[in-house]
Amino acid sequence: MEPPLFDGLKQAIVPASGPGVVSHGILVFVLAPDELLPTVRQLRDAHGFDIFLDVTAVDWIGQVPRFEVVHHFYSTAHKVRVRLKVRVPEADPSVDSLVPLYGSAAFMERECHDMYGIHFRGNADLRPILLYEGFVGHPLRKDYPKQQEQPLVPYRS
Amino acid sequence: MDAPHRPIANPVRSIFEQTLREDSVVVNIGPSHPATHGTVQIIAELDGERVLRSDIHCGYLHRGFEKECEDHTWHNLIPYVDRLNYVSALINDFAYCGAVEELMGVQITPRCRYLRTLLSEYSRLVDHLTCLAAGLMELGAMTAFLYLVMIRDFMYEHLAALTGARVTYTYGRIGGLARDLPAGWLTRMEEILNQYEDFISRVHALVDRNRIFIDRMRNVGVISTANALSYGYTGVMLRSTGVPHDLRKDTPYLAYAELDFDVPVGIKGDNYDRYFIRMREMDESVYMMRQLAQMLPDGPINVDDRRCTFPEKQLVYTEIESLINHFKLVMDGPAVPAGECYVAHESPNGELGFYIVSTGSGTPYKVHCRAPSFVHMGGAHLMIDGGQLADIVPTFGSINMIGGECDR
Repeated sequence: MEPPLFDGLKQAIVPASGPGVVSHGILVFVLAPDELLPTVRQLRDAHGFDIFLDVTAVDWIGQVPRFEVVHHFYSTAHKVRVRLKVRVPEADPSVDSLVPLYGSAAFMERECHDMYGIHFRGNADLRPILLYEGFVGHPLRKDYPKQQEQPLVPYRS
Repeated sequence: MDAPHRPIANPVRSIFEQTLREDSVVVNIGPSHPATHGTVQIIAELDGERVLRSDIHCGYLHRGFEKECEDHTWHNLIPYVDRLNYVSALINDFAYCGAVEELMGVQITPRCRYLRTLLSEYSRLVDHLTCLAAGLMELGAMTAFLYLVMIRDFMYEHLAALTGARVTYTYGRIGGLARDLPAGWLTRMEEILNQYEDFISRVHALVDRNRIFIDRMRNVGVISTANALSYGYTGVMLRSTGVPHDLRKDTPYLAYAELDFDVPVGIKGDNYDRYFIRMREMDESVYMMRQLAQMLPDGPINVDDRRCTFPEKQLVYTEIESLINHFKLVMDGPAVPAGECYVAHESPNGELGFYIVSTGSGTPYKVHCRAPSFVHMGGAHLMIDGGQLADIVPTFGSINMIGGECDR
């Protein structure tokens, strides 16, 4: 059974790539990079999506555009989740930051930047959070070898 | 010959290269500090003993959980999932298995559904006991600490009788559970719950109206509802500000829709509210566990689905189809259809979500864990800034940051 809110949302938000679809209980929209910030603002202000749950990325290596940035939102009033997906190219993996809209964006975008090298335009503090200062590369990219080590403290021989 | 000594590079770059004021002092707390239970580094700028601003760094327990997951079959990474929130490992197991089952379209058996719910509540009880015990000990309440940890240890041993391990159980399976309850397990559970009730009333009597405790907790570490929502807070943290947000009620999963329970909320969003909500939630968990013990149906604990459930050992040795099935499940892993899904459970800390992506093979393309501790750390400076240096300890304790989950 679909929550009643989803019908209204599907009519209110129609991205260029096509209407939203419900997948495993979550309404999913595929957006162009420049549609992200206005859509999120609309979700938050007009539809009560007050919690920005999570941001991560999927590295579809070999595909063009390569990265898919995935945002999840939750509405405490309607008790439903929405997922927004944005494809960004390898040459310029950047999307708008959600820091102006949600406080939680600051930390979560730092993690996504660490792991995938996604640049969040407008997030002034993209220092490493789970990694350390000076770490080279982005470990969750598929072309980062799992065995590669970058010890901060030299190993004892 | 020893290599020439080289200084180790600083793993963090503080934002406080320039202090706000001439006479303020920047101190570094952690990452390994006896008064914080959890590996976290707080760089604080102080005016006397007052915190002007703070910069919080996580990541000291980062061990590449998500990277490691992409190299194992869906089954093999269950032990890693255990080590996220290692205080309530069962809830991690069930949330992860729930996500994979959602993608596979597997319906777990009724007995498994009720058992998972019961064990989720058991885990919540253990997690809250640990958090409260540690928080009280840091404020010097040694008796309360020993009472709570004693009960917790009864529970650890009781869970070990079921799962074979004290802390990291690896008890969930895709499509079921590792094994059924041993004989007399529920009887022993009732004994422990009775002892819990005895000792929790002693802790209430020792602590609730204790002047020192109230002074350290009331109006300390306050967060407003608006900030809590904006910073993505869930679970006890959000409920302490008065929002009755609980996934067990809002988007019922497992058997929660059939249970009778309350969602306690706070009034101020301070440390005292979080203490009291945890105390109340434990009582609700005990109430739910007793309901579930009555409701628990008989029947199998694993679904009869050859895509994910291992065949009976007896059949593996005597029948070629089962042998091949067993071999394929071990070597290739369960075949999860291509797609993606996000499944969230109410963990003791908040919304624990698993976002998994499959391309149809036996190993995940991506497993992402939405860790409540990590998100809570993102707004922890709001509760620390403007307070006393000594208040960082109880405030940090009441957030209940778990390093394994925060840093993944």
